[in-house]
Amino acid sequence: MTHIPHNRWRPATTEPALVRWALIVLCLAMLAILLVAPLMVVFDEALRRGWAFALASLSEPDAQAAIRLTLLVAALTVPLNAVFGIAAAWAVTKFDWRGKAWVITLIDLPFSISPVVAGLLFVLMFGANSALGAWLVAQGFPIVFAVPGIVLATLFITFPFVARELIPVMLEQGRAEEEAALTLGASGWRTFLTVTLPNIRWALLYGVLLCNARAMGEFGAVAVVSGKIRGQTTTMPLMIEMFYNEYLSVAAFTMAGVLALLAFVTLTLKTALEWRYADQLAASHRH
Amino acid sequence: MARTFLLRQPTPMPGWGLSFGVMALMLSVIVALPLSVLLWRGFIDFGAGAMWEVVNRPRVWSALGLSFRAAFVASLFNLVFGVLLAWVLVRYRFPGKRIIDAMIDLPFALPTAVAGIALTAIYAPNGVFGSAIQSTFGIRVAYTEWGIWIALIFVGLPFVVRTVQPVIEEIDRETEEASATLGASRLRTLVRIVLPMLAPGALTGFALALARSVGEYGSVIFIAGNLPNVTEIAPLLIVIRLEEFDYDGAVAIAIAMLTISFTLLLAINLIQIWSRRRMGAV
Repeated sequence: MTHIPHNRWRPATTEPALVRWALIVLCLAMLAILLVAPLMVVFDEALRRGWAFALASLSEPDAQAAIRLTLLVAALTVPLNAVFGIAAAWAVTKFDWRGKAWVITLIDLPFSISPVVAGLLFVLMFGANSALGAWLVAQGFPIVFAVPGIVLATLFITFPFVARELIPVMLEQGRAEEEAALTLGASGWRTFLTVTLPNIRWALLYGVLLCNARAMGEFGAVAVVSGKIRGQTTTMPLMIEMFYNEYLSVAAFTMAGVLALLAFVTLTLKTALEWRYADQLAASHRH
Repeated sequence: MARTFLLRQPTPMPGWGLSFGVMALMLSVIVALPLSVLLWRGFIDFGAGAMWEVVNRPRVWSALGLSFRAAFVASLFNLVFGVLLAWVLVRYRFPGKRIIDAMIDLPFALPTAVAGIALTAIYAPNGVFGSAIQSTFGIRVAYTEWGIWIALIFVGLPFVVRTVQPVIEEIDRETEEASATLGASRLRTLVRIVLPMLAPGALTGFALALARSVGEYGSVIFIAGNLPNVTEIAPLLIVIRLEEFDYDGAVAIAIAMLTISFTLLLAINLIQIWSRRRMGAV
């Protein structure tokens, strides 16, 4: 019997150990350069003059107003998007109708449109040079260069997030459970709340997490519609740009650090969902 | 109305009116109507000829060229690196793998303005990498096209990884074993058997990364330097036109961008259908 030393033996479906480790090291080095370094530099720059200085920059009135506005925009956008996502997923997965593919394409469209163009759309529609915009301004309800415009642009940018998560999950789950509930006499709402919602809650949360991260961090679309009025229409990402252009480096990077922490929390929760509830998320997140 | 036009099969499922109504209303108000206004403004009010005159100028061409060229370069890099990264993450075992896997999505979660100022700080002539690269290779990264590439590579990094990963997980190892049994070297198996299987997914990821990078604004404007004709991207030119209250100019450039983008995405789609068909025949 020939003896095969087991440290030399390798299955036919993998690469030599040397190649494997070279590729692993290459990938880790690239990720360190591309992802970790930018994250670290944010905190390094923010804390360049100490914690007290960094935190003081956050308590400035303009910075406070920006934080409040970003929270307000997210609080308005995310629930609206969740409602849209649930309605769209219900209409698409529980019924058979013509034109479904077109509607799904339309829902995904905002992902392939530049944020700047998204902002432009609402300036054209509601800006002072359009009839509708001029009328709204006369009524004392301006949309562009005001909070409603920021909310609309953010809604556009984040539009597909919840629907995209829910549609594949609900397609996979089928209609049998809902049909059973209806046969047993449950009302439509009761069926949704006690049968559908528990089945899709983690996918919904997943979509909401991503939607919220984008809503709080959106820059291009909001920059176009906001008019960047300090303390009034300046969200956190816009405030970062203002501080940065005014050479207030610590203030810019401290605000960036707050948003980086938000990104960190988003990633952590998202990963926790993927590890724990993978079977209840869209198939593309399972690994 | 909607029931007779759209609903093909009757069903006892409740909530058609409400769900379709909410979906149709929001889709119209937030996506369809604003896009129609843009197209109306461009083609009806301003006219195709007038739009062409706005676009057909050196500064606009160079901005459009830069946006699409840089997006293509960055997405190509992400295509190669993304496939490699997906392979390493699925097939190899190493400590910290799950954390690394979770980190891939950082560019999705990190606001673009944050990425923009962070990358600029690193690659500026006095930054950590910027000074090292300049003294070693004599290349200035920030405020040149290199910087735009770096920003777009960052922004598009997760797309290919996330579309290829599930495909690699699904691969039946017996195919690879068969190839090895028949005497193919590992490299040959990878190139001839595995890579063609990954191609459709990788192309999807490439298209998503390209679409995202072409329109990217937040992460680029900080690192680009924004010199007209040199490092001025198309989205920035739209912003500049808007700041000059030249709405027609902004509309023309926006429509030009959308036209080129959708043509490219359509072409990628066709290549994909072709490559799927080719795979299906095997």
